[in-house]
Amino acid sequence: MADKKLQIAIYWGAACGGCDVSILDTNEFILDVDALCDVRLWPLAADGKYKDVEAMADGELDVTIMHGAVRNSENEHMAKLLRQKSKIFVAYGSCAYMGGIPGLANLVPREEIFARAYLDNPSIEPGNRTVPLSETTVNGHDLEIPKFYDRVYKLDQVVDVDYYVPGCPPQPDQCKAAILALVGALTGTAEAPPKGAVVGAFDRALCDDCQRTKTEKKIKRFYRPWQIMQDPDTCLMEQGILCAGSATRSGCGVRCPNSGIPCRGCYGPAPNVLDQGAKLLSAVSSIIDSKDPQEIDQILEGLPDFTSFANRYGVPASLLQRSHRQ
Amino acid sequence: MTFEPKIVGFLCNWCSYTGADLAGTSRIHYAANVRIIRVMCSARIDPTFVLKALHDGADGVLICGCHPGDCHYSEGNYKMMRRYPLLKALLADYGIEKDRVRLEWVSASEGQRFADIVNDMTERVRALGPSSIKTALATDMAER
Repeated sequence: MADKKLQIAIYWGAACGGCDVSILDTNEFILDVDALCDVRLWPLAADGKYKDVEAMADGELDVTIMHGAVRNSENEHMAKLLRQKSKIFVAYGSCAYMGGIPGLANLVPREEIFARAYLDNPSIEPGNRTVPLSETTVNGHDLEIPKFYDRVYKLDQVVDVDYYVPGCPPQPDQCKAAILALVGALTGTAEAPPKGAVVGAFDRALCDDCQRTKTEKKIKRFYRPWQIMQDPDTCLMEQGILCAGSATRSGCGVRCPNSGIPCRGCYGPAPNVLDQGAKLLSAVSSIIDSKDPQEIDQILEGLPDFTSFANRYGVPASLLQRSHRQ
Repeated sequence: MTFEPKIVGFLCNWCSYTGADLAGTSRIHYAANVRIIRVMCSARIDPTFVLKALHDGADGVLICGCHPGDCHYSEGNYKMMRRYPLLKALLADYGIEKDRVRLEWVSASEGQRFADIVNDMTERVRALGPSSIKTALATDMAER
């Protein structure tokens, strides 16, 4: 192992913090991380200020692990700053990789989001019209908060990303594998993955690793998981339970389907899939057991919000990226 | 300069492409706005193709296959029939006008029907104006 500790930063954009927890969920391995690395910035778990990062030389950080999407100007500023200071920049988790849950907001105009959050929400005191502005003046002082963008960006739409670690959140074992791969690459003990690689996941679809029995699929109606007594050994799609496994990359250990819960697609598109939602759409609708357009429409009523399901973790990563309503 | 819609047409090899061919050999005049891509079956038309065409700047996408019951592979066009309503719902959620994407069944003997569909679709897309998707996404990346 190298004499000098690796310099790392862990930072978040538009995220829930679950990715930070997934890193901590590696349990005692985090002590090895601490032994190998100096954590220069990690808002959730360690000290470190933005100005400390600004004071660093370019490339001073060996690795930045950034999770979360880019929703506002602060996210973008820090992503760019950390990119500049880092040798390796990792997009960690579904939000950084594809836009994630925050990315669903791309289907709704910004104005509607503000109205819902600050004006029309039932929990808001009647008559309270307080809405955040990016710039305001209070007692003669100009105050600024980050600018809320019109849409959500995945990380590589804003900065150059070297590696991706998918998952919502990435599974601790995969997190560990990804960190060890980076450490190996930086210390010269292992070959670096090619730039742009998805690390901490496999090059196959989730169905390839799912142990449920799969035969020819034909379904007459869709069920929500709670609407049906599930056969634990049969493919969920064959039982009419919408499952994103066929369009999703494996790497999670098939945790959800193994627990009787359909895959939601958090590991992102399977290898060579350009648009996860479109691929899932193709797979799901093709197995409807009907040749009658009216009956097909009726069966499809069992999928009330398919767009959000199919692109749950990746509207910004889909081909259309956002709503184009004029 | 007047706006000429760019429409990408995915036509199945056995019925619709032959139908379009018949329109040509019959010397039927119709709008020259459709760029035809021949595929072996309408089932081959992955929804990704439609989204990719729109993403890359197409103003409209026309999908044609054999009439139900006439598929060369027995069942292929039914797969397209099932995908289409869900694809339309997805496009609506993304705010894409409904006239930009269209599914029609055209047999090998329906040259005139193919020409009529192309003419009608071209006028509908012309009325909508150019698709803003490509420029909007470029603008998103350029300025914030």
